[in-house]
Amino acid sequence: MTDTLAIEAQQLSAAYHRKPVLNNISLTLPAGQWTAIVGPNGAGKSSLLKVVTGTLRPLHGELRIFGASAGQQRRAGKIAYMPQHEQMEWDFPVSVQETVMTGRYGLMRHDAWWQRLLPQRWANPMHRHAVEEALDAVDMREHATRPIGELSGGQKKRVMLARALAQQAEILLLDEPLAGVDPPSERLILAMLERERRAGRSIVMVTHDLPSARCHADQVVLINHTLVGIGPPGEMLSDAMLAQLAVGGSPSGGLHVAA
Amino acid sequence: MSLLENLGNGLIEALIALLMLGVNLLPESFSAAFEYRFMQRALLTAVLVGAICGLLSSFVVLKRWSLLGDAISHAVLPGVAIAYLLGWPFFVGAFITGALTSLGIGAIERHTRIKPDAAMGLMFTAAFALGIVIISKIASSTHLMHILFGNVLGVQTSALLLTLLAGLVAVLAVWLAYRPLLLYTFDPQQAQALGFNIGLIHYGLILLLTLTIVASLETVGIILVVAMLVTPGATAHLLTDRFKPMLAISVLVGIVSAVAGLLLSFHLDVASGGAIVLVATALFCLALLVAPKHGLVVRIWQRHSLLHEQR
Repeated sequence: MTDTLAIEAQQLSAAYHRKPVLNNISLTLPAGQWTAIVGPNGAGKSSLLKVVTGTLRPLHGELRIFGASAGQQRRAGKIAYMPQHEQMEWDFPVSVQETVMTGRYGLMRHDAWWQRLLPQRWANPMHRHAVEEALDAVDMREHATRPIGELSGGQKKRVMLARALAQQAEILLLDEPLAGVDPPSERLILAMLERERRAGRSIVMVTHDLPSARCHADQVVLINHTLVGIGPPGEMLSDAMLAQLAVGGSPSGGLHVAA
Repeated sequence: MSLLENLGNGLIEALIALLMLGVNLLPESFSAAFEYRFMQRALLTAVLVGAICGLLSSFVVLKRWSLLGDAISHAVLPGVAIAYLLGWPFFVGAFITGALTSLGIGAIERHTRIKPDAAMGLMFTAAFALGIVIISKIASSTHLMHILFGNVLGVQTSALLLTLLAGLVAVLAVWLAYRPLLLYTFDPQQAQALGFNIGLIHYGLILLLTLTIVASLETVGIILVVAMLVTPGATAHLLTDRFKPMLAISVLVGIVSAVAGLLLSFHLDVASGGAIVLVATALFCLALLVAPKHGLVVRIWQRHSLLHEQR
């Protein structure tokens, strides 16, 4: 598994509303590794994830996932995604359990046609078990029936993680999974991600939390519109590289060095 | 054609008979109005329109498409006029101009620096103006008034059948595509990451919206249909934190306002479309006051008891 490439980007460029955000990025992420993407605010880290999820269409370049086209792998359910907190509609009338279940919606394409027409209660029990397992993994089982709008910030993060877990995907794309989370939740999330990596999953997380990246990531990608560097955390998170990251690419925002 | 007509008439008769079973259970003062043939047909239309609009309005409210609903409903006018001119069914023309307008809004939004609300305001007023100009050339002003404000008391068989068909399509679509529609409304980016064709879902939902608007033309009219696409969903959103109950409540609010509005319009001799929308608004205000979790009374009470505890 480790010799295959989870994500392979070649000369990717992308723009948001005609404003360039990613410029000529080429990188390869081996399968089964934990990658941290680090860079200043507005440097295109989230945009890189959005290219992988298909929300942002690249202007140039190619993206391959496990050797196949990204679209094919999305449909095969290989890519799970956890958005930033602000992107979600927390007022939406769904429960925790229903939210996590949306992680299974792609896999439901393989169910028999009559199972897809039934309400969840009578549909394929496999999905229900996966959701319960994911809720257990983030310690949210007891909140399963609550509306998502009632949860605290840390609980919301855990629900979004549970949704990504429930998908049982090969690649977990996580946009700032540790931002605004209290220390116990952070420990829980990091331990859970360690388990997922040991199970052979590839983890790609955007983060400003450099100590966690140092401690857990196998490799670090530095991005400031262009690729500034890619390598082991010891090399990439040195003062010299971080200084280069802050000035590299186009000027925008400072790097947050979390304590 | 005559076979189809007979089939359609038979279906309408059967549904009216079914509705009358329910109406006859009500007190005399309510059921008396429905002894008239035209009131029975109006009742069936009102129930259908209330139900379809209610169903769609949950999606419109949660997707923040209120203005888009307004835009499409206005943009339907030139299509209706052109279809009338060419002798086509209303729906065909209405759908074409409705869809063209929503495509135009999308194109302006993506390729220029104009913001979405301005793009909508621009496109739908232009389409509406075109419709007014065409209609003023070809039809009487009563005809225009009926399209603009609805006339449920004089509903035609063909319009009733179209409403029935629209209701069937909407229910089937929401049932068969429940998960894609829910996911697209809740979190479109997740839908994309899971490989759903969100272009298809987006335009499918717009098509459903256009169909609903056209089906409601004769009842509440172009100007007020957006109220039926917003108010029931907004009322339901205040009353529940679950999606399926929200669909059910907003369908119920749609039906209740349509029927009560129809009765008011009959007894007070006022415009049916306006009466229906006012009833829906009254229901919204009621929910705003007394909703169990998001109502004003509960929230004021909570704040009050919180202050009390602190003291």
